[in-house]
Amino acid sequence: MKIQFILNGEEIHLDVAADRRVVDLLREDLGFTGTKEGCGAGECGACSILVNGEHRLSCLMVAAQLAGAEIVTIEGLSGEKGFHPLQEAFIREGAVQCGFCTPGMIIAAEALLKSNPNPTREEIRSGLSGNLCRCTGYQKIVDAVSEASRIGKKTT
Amino acid sequence: MKNVWLPQNLTQLWACLDNEPDARFFAGGTDLLVQMRSRKVEAAAWIGLEKINEIKGIDEDKGSIRIGACVTHAQLLRHPLIAGKLSLLHKAIATLGSPPIRTMGTIGGNICTASPAGDTLPPLYVLQAEVEIFSFKGTQRLPIRDFISGPGRTKLQQGEILAAIHIKPSSGTDLHHFEKVGQRKSMCCAIASFAALWSLSSSGRIEKARLAWGSVGPTIVMDQDIEGFLIGKKLTRETLDRAAQLVEQRVAPIDDVRASADYRRKVSGHLLLRLLHFTQGCARRHIRDKGVADPPIG
Repeated sequence: MKIQFILNGEEIHLDVAADRRVVDLLREDLGFTGTKEGCGAGECGACSILVNGEHRLSCLMVAAQLAGAEIVTIEGLSGEKGFHPLQEAFIREGAVQCGFCTPGMIIAAEALLKSNPNPTREEIRSGLSGNLCRCTGYQKIVDAVSEASRIGKKTT
Repeated sequence: MKNVWLPQNLTQLWACLDNEPDARFFAGGTDLLVQMRSRKVEAAAWIGLEKINEIKGIDEDKGSIRIGACVTHAQLLRHPLIAGKLSLLHKAIATLGSPPIRTMGTIGGNICTASPAGDTLPPLYVLQAEVEIFSFKGTQRLPIRDFISGPGRTKLQQGEILAAIHIKPSSGTDLHHFEKVGQRKSMCCAIASFAALWSLSSSGRIEKARLAWGSVGPTIVMDQDIEGFLIGKKLTRETLDRAAQLVEQRVAPIDDVRASADYRRKVSGHLLLRLLHFTQGCARRHIRDKGVADPPIG
């Protein structure tokens, strides 16, 4: 089927199988490999993307559902000015170990901070509770999101 | 390749079904895509219900709350009517899946999946929810416990969809509790879950008791004998200990990767003891807030 959607601010027109998983469409058809596939069953959060600003899992969506939607992947967070404040905070706080969960964590954190710009540590843990880090570096990840929310407050 | 249709309204849905009579429905897709991946489900085509406005939205009319089947768990958690008047359901949904699963998954999907571990089911059973079913011919309503006929099975016939859930909020003096026992806090499938709604007379006797257990039988377990045993008795540890023995006999759990049947039986009985804990907690808060020991606890 022919679909049209916005991906990281750019309009995309695609002829694709209606039941193609969105994670495959992004990674294999369009080359946006920042979005990872971990479990393929909605348990790990590595394939997190923003769909119309909401945190969703691209392994649990099919291409037909993208029609008319606005999608942001990890590639869409950094701009010409450089990294997104969350990405900067992840680097500064040492929140990246093997890095496989990082794009999903940052997408989940972005969705969290949009709805709750000033979360407690407990709210950060809860907001990231759909994302697994197999290196188990959760402490640093929570530190980074907390740091990004403080910076966000200063700049706005 | 399978066709995927996303009708925008009911008229389009019925037309879609005319063309694809063997299509299967999905809402949030959080169960379907997992099953597709493991090739557990096959269908000629898929019809997604997520865009149909007639089965979305939360309204209150004549003291009853109508929740559209395609309302997501995240929307329910945010809605003041659910937090304010259906806090039992609210508590259960807060334990369901993870943030993205709650953003995608719908209450109708949770019901139609009809898993014995479905997190919304124990509260919907004790709240005596009714389901509203749409077909091309019209609508009908059924109590949820008649709608779910077995593990993964409902009374939905070909050409019918679950449209909404109707719930009458319980009275303000009722006490309620939901608890889920799992291996972790997030993304966990219940080992056992328990929803209870009860009320006490001024002398501390149990006037009403509606109790439902999840994950410990082929469908949600409710038992008239357990409830009947409690009615009219003082809410004491001794009463609950005896009722808990009955619970252990009446649940029908299985062994699986998450827990043994024995553990599930034991924990089902123990969950009932929370009634005392929470009633006392409510009484303590009442004394603190109002300065009087009312309602009294036996």
